[in-house]
Amino acid sequence: MAIAKVCGIETEYGIVVRGADNNPVSASSLLINAYVAATTSRGDGRVGWDFDDEQPANDARGFSLADVVAPEIETNLVNAVLTNGARFYVDHAHPEISTPEVSTALEAVRWDRAADEIIRRSMVHANARLAQQTGGQPQVTIYKNNSDGKGNSYGCHENYLMAREVPFGRIVAQITPHFVTRQIFCGAGKVGSELAGVSTDEVPYQLSQRADFFEEEVGLETTLKRPIVNTRDEPHCDPQRFRRLHVIVGDANMSEVATYLKVGTTAIVLAMIEDDALGEDWLVAHPVAAIRQISHDPSLRRTMSLRAGRRVTALELQWGLLERARKYEQSHGLAAVGEDVGRDVLRRWEQVLTMLERDPAEAASWVDWIAKRRLVEGYADRHRLAPGAAALKAIDLQYHDLRAAKGLASRAGLDRLIDEADVVTAITEPPTTTRAYFRGRCLAKYADAIVATNWDSIVFDIGREPLRRVPMMDPLRGTAEHVARLIDESDRAVDLLRALGAG
Amino acid sequence: MAERTQKSKQTGRTTESDEVVDTTTPTSESGEKLKAELDDLLDEIDEVLETNAEDFVKSYVQKGGE
Repeated sequence: MAIAKVCGIETEYGIVVRGADNNPVSASSLLINAYVAATTSRGDGRVGWDFDDEQPANDARGFSLADVVAPEIETNLVNAVLTNGARFYVDHAHPEISTPEVSTALEAVRWDRAADEIIRRSMVHANARLAQQTGGQPQVTIYKNNSDGKGNSYGCHENYLMAREVPFGRIVAQITPHFVTRQIFCGAGKVGSELAGVSTDEVPYQLSQRADFFEEEVGLETTLKRPIVNTRDEPHCDPQRFRRLHVIVGDANMSEVATYLKVGTTAIVLAMIEDDALGEDWLVAHPVAAIRQISHDPSLRRTMSLRAGRRVTALELQWGLLERARKYEQSHGLAAVGEDVGRDVLRRWEQVLTMLERDPAEAASWVDWIAKRRLVEGYADRHRLAPGAAALKAIDLQYHDLRAAKGLASRAGLDRLIDEADVVTAITEPPTTTRAYFRGRCLAKYADAIVATNWDSIVFDIGREPLRRVPMMDPLRGTAEHVARLIDESDRAVDLLRALGAG
Repeated sequence: MAERTQKSKQTGRTTESDEVVDTTTPTSESGEKLKAELDDLLDEIDEVLETNAEDFVKSYVQKGGE
């Protein structure tokens, strides 16, 4: 049976400073430092990030490119670990939040929303600092999107826990059809195209922020020649038992339902692949061409070739995957993705495909590209604007603006899944169902005794040499069920370590 | 309609919901309501949209990430 699809979302946010020096690296650092200083008693002194186990150059296909094109690890940039188990850091020239590890799509939505709220609060603190420094009214503004409209893209990555014994070739072949077509309900929408030689007349509006940037079917890169399936083999847990599928093909979503469907359907399809219950009927003949073609076709009517020779629409392919998922539910159950959440994801998956088939406009309260298109087209009609007009691109951009006073997504009538109170608690509290619970609780209670942490360990300094590293090699250990009482009963880190048998 | 009839033969449906189409087609009344909602929304966009759209869009330049 498939193992639990522990998952998480990493979002690189767009950042702009208006009214002061627009340096994205220093602005990102300011953002994070201002948040940490305002929300902890440690000033700018953060718990460090431990880079010992980072190996982004390892390739899941069984080799390492460490000395050839190793993705840089910028260990000098700002890194903070939060009490909700998330990591808040500067990646290249963007602020990035990786949610804590969660065990269901619903939890993924909750901590993704918490990440957005952390960004909102960070903007307020950063702007107060900037005002102090400059005496003016400069504004750091953050956008949750994936492209600047000028050919520069940044990612929103998902991660899913997979059993190591599943052949990687099977994962690549069988997940690709879903990655190519799921954008019909989880694309975030974009005015125009960033592909060279494609005009606004040809593509006035498309489903995905990201589809223009994918050039390969499979590979290790994330910044150039981006592949539909990324092969980074860096499990951040026991590599003998697990792999982490690092998914770079998705858009950042403003819609909670879109995030829920993106993560929920992908987790189910991956569970099916792990149990070898999906099969290869839906393999797409030309995935790179198909992912772009689907993104460029809001009518959802164009067909693509399957390897089996038939031609199908993206919707037909999604109906096919859903049918398999229904059979899988009957034969295997949905324990790997959480039974209740899994059932609800299947129900909404069917509902969204039904709406898209009847009239995509019906899905405007769930699907970002449709909600955004409604604003863009309505505005163009009202002001008689041509496709690609600057005001329409401004609406596209401002849909993703995280400032409450400016953001358009929050005004677009999107359905909510998470109560505001649950978003607020998730800003400071970790999920209870994964090792993120242990990380978050330890940071909240023993921060002064923690030297560094990363995804799979925490290093404690309890005043006696040597430092103590507590490994967390299984993402499903260190949950509230395992350690809540231990932490509750341990006043000091030294007590906790003694109770864990490591002190 | 031909499109819909053809698509409704798709496998994967667990409910026989083809007839639902008619009941969910917006009536003129709900169509009016949707239009009024959109009008309100567009009014609001007119209020909050960054004033110089051209500069606003042009000045949004990011470095690639990931």
